[in-house]
Amino acid sequence: MEQFSYRITDTAGIHARPAGLIVKEAAKYKSHIKISANGKEADAKKIFAVMSLGIRNGEEIIVTIDGEDEKDAKTALSAVIGENL
Amino acid sequence: MTELKGKGVCQGVARGEVCYIKKAAAEVERKRIYDIPSEAAKLNMAIEKAREQLKELEKKVKKSDKNSAMIFDVHQMMLYDPDFTGDIEKYIAENEVCAEYAVMQTAKKYAKMLEDMPNPYMQERAGDVTDIAERLVNILTENEYKPAMHGRVIIAADDLSPSETASFSRENILGIIIKNGSSTSHTSILARTMDIPAIINVDGLDNSIDGKTVFIDGSEGKVYVEPDEVTSAVMEKKAQLESIKKERLMRLKGKETVTRDGRKIELYANISTAADIDAAILNDAEGIGLFRSEFMYLDRKTLPTDDELFEVYKSIAAKIKDKPVIIRTLDIGADKQAPSLGLPKEENPALGFRAIRICLERTDIFKTQLRAIYRASAYGNIYIMLPMITSEVEVIQAKAIMLDVRDELRSESIEFKEVPVGIMVETPAAAVISDKLSKIVDFFSVGTNDLTQYTLAADRQNPKLSNLYSVENEAVLRLIETAAENIHKEGKWIGICGEAAADPRLLKRFLDMGIDELSVSSGYVLGVREMIRMS
Repeated sequence: MEQFSYRITDTAGIHARPAGLIVKEAAKYKSHIKISANGKEADAKKIFAVMSLGIRNGEEIIVTIDGEDEKDAKTALSAVIGENL
Repeated sequence: MTELKGKGVCQGVARGEVCYIKKAAAEVERKRIYDIPSEAAKLNMAIEKAREQLKELEKKVKKSDKNSAMIFDVHQMMLYDPDFTGDIEKYIAENEVCAEYAVMQTAKKYAKMLEDMPNPYMQERAGDVTDIAERLVNILTENEYKPAMHGRVIIAADDLSPSETASFSRENILGIIIKNGSSTSHTSILARTMDIPAIINVDGLDNSIDGKTVFIDGSEGKVYVEPDEVTSAVMEKKAQLESIKKERLMRLKGKETVTRDGRKIELYANISTAADIDAAILNDAEGIGLFRSEFMYLDRKTLPTDDELFEVYKSIAAKIKDKPVIIRTLDIGADKQAPSLGLPKEENPALGFRAIRICLERTDIFKTQLRAIYRASAYGNIYIMLPMITSEVEVIQAKAIMLDVRDELRSESIEFKEVPVGIMVETPAAAVISDKLSKIVDFFSVGTNDLTQYTLAADRQNPKLSNLYSVENEAVLRLIETAAENIHKEGKWIGICGEAAADPRLLKRFLDMGIDELSVSSGYVLGVREMIRMS
């Protein structure tokens, strides 16, 4: 299992576009990928679930990846999140 | 010839044949289904087809319109979300209904979930859920919309979704007229971005207009169906003059607003919602002179939260960078619908319980707004403006509440800046005691419409009084002059917000009085700049 945390610095929080980018990237991997924030958890491959977390600027998210390609997924996702949020 | 009236959201004149877009999704029937597996298969085929369509659309607009491309990308992901598609399938099976009905019902549920979120960016996505649902229904009912456009047309519809607006090529749209809509809807924003005439809330618009020739006049909000010769000639001329003028004004973007003798005038724009900011920037406004904050309180059952207001204020401040944003605190009253306030109907609302009068009694509401304003102040150049002031006491009370709010934020270690506090001069009382008021505020802004109606005791909505109701009335102008003299004695500034500033004769009077700032609708900014540069 791989895990990383990230504090959102985009003023609009995780709105539709970055949510879409995360979902798109996550979908490329076989691993189970979860995003948690504010005590809620969402499947990173489902856009409605990610959007409904309602993550705002300044909040911390924890991404948990579990599966055969977890290392690659972690590298790719942390890059996408860091660049866009 | 028939004439329809609506609300113009983008100026300009256009002539053309109308293409009326009919919605299939609005008329979905709840049909009973017995063969559930084959209905589910039908759904899956429709989803597959919708994804393909969206992929094509995304490709088509990718270069020219990144914003729409992003929307279509998000739409595709929504259709790949197994929660969403699974819920539709489940709805079919559990209720034994046709796929299109299940799509509409499920979409409603998801749209509601997004609408209820505090973040305005997310609330807007509810429209996207409706949009993909309509796409699916169109495919399922084989009622696919194919624009039967012969060349360039004027688009008419009850309302338009991003999918619809993207399905026709933009160079073919001469103008847009819709029955519903709001000035913040996708259609209005699109029209302003494309800079084509657009009219919303068109009364009596229906599909009988399809194929007819019309003239639309965005500045007047009028649609002339099958115009007669005289109307056509008048409109042709207007179109010609407008295009010449527009070209000339566009050259004033980036130029300074100074009079011939070198006096700098601050030229700002009035806005009602966060979406209006794009038009303000496009027209090169030097700031926001009046943000009518009450629009976030209307037509809703609950009051907006501190967070919700903060997000909007912050997004406005961030978009316009370091330029001033003057937020007028809640100016609501019995004449403006606000179900969340539960105000009783009044005999005479203009003279009733409104604006600052409500805020000083319902301090909970006022505090929530002030807290959001102060929180947003850390992200831009924000000013507070109090409406309907008639006495010093009101200003002192309001300022005491601001002090409380600042203390609270400090104790929570939340960042904020000191915010200048001004008042609207819109009652004769405020102008008469402007010598006293100017000592306790940082600026004045004259609301010409209300000041005129209160000074002349003439209801501005009453057409019979339109002769009497005039900003040019000497009594009104003298009050403004008095206020200007008094605030200048204190070394502070005075502005005018309202379309009166766009009137050439009045503009000259205002400049003579030494008015420092003018705030008009975005569409007038460059025109006023031109007049000032020639004054």
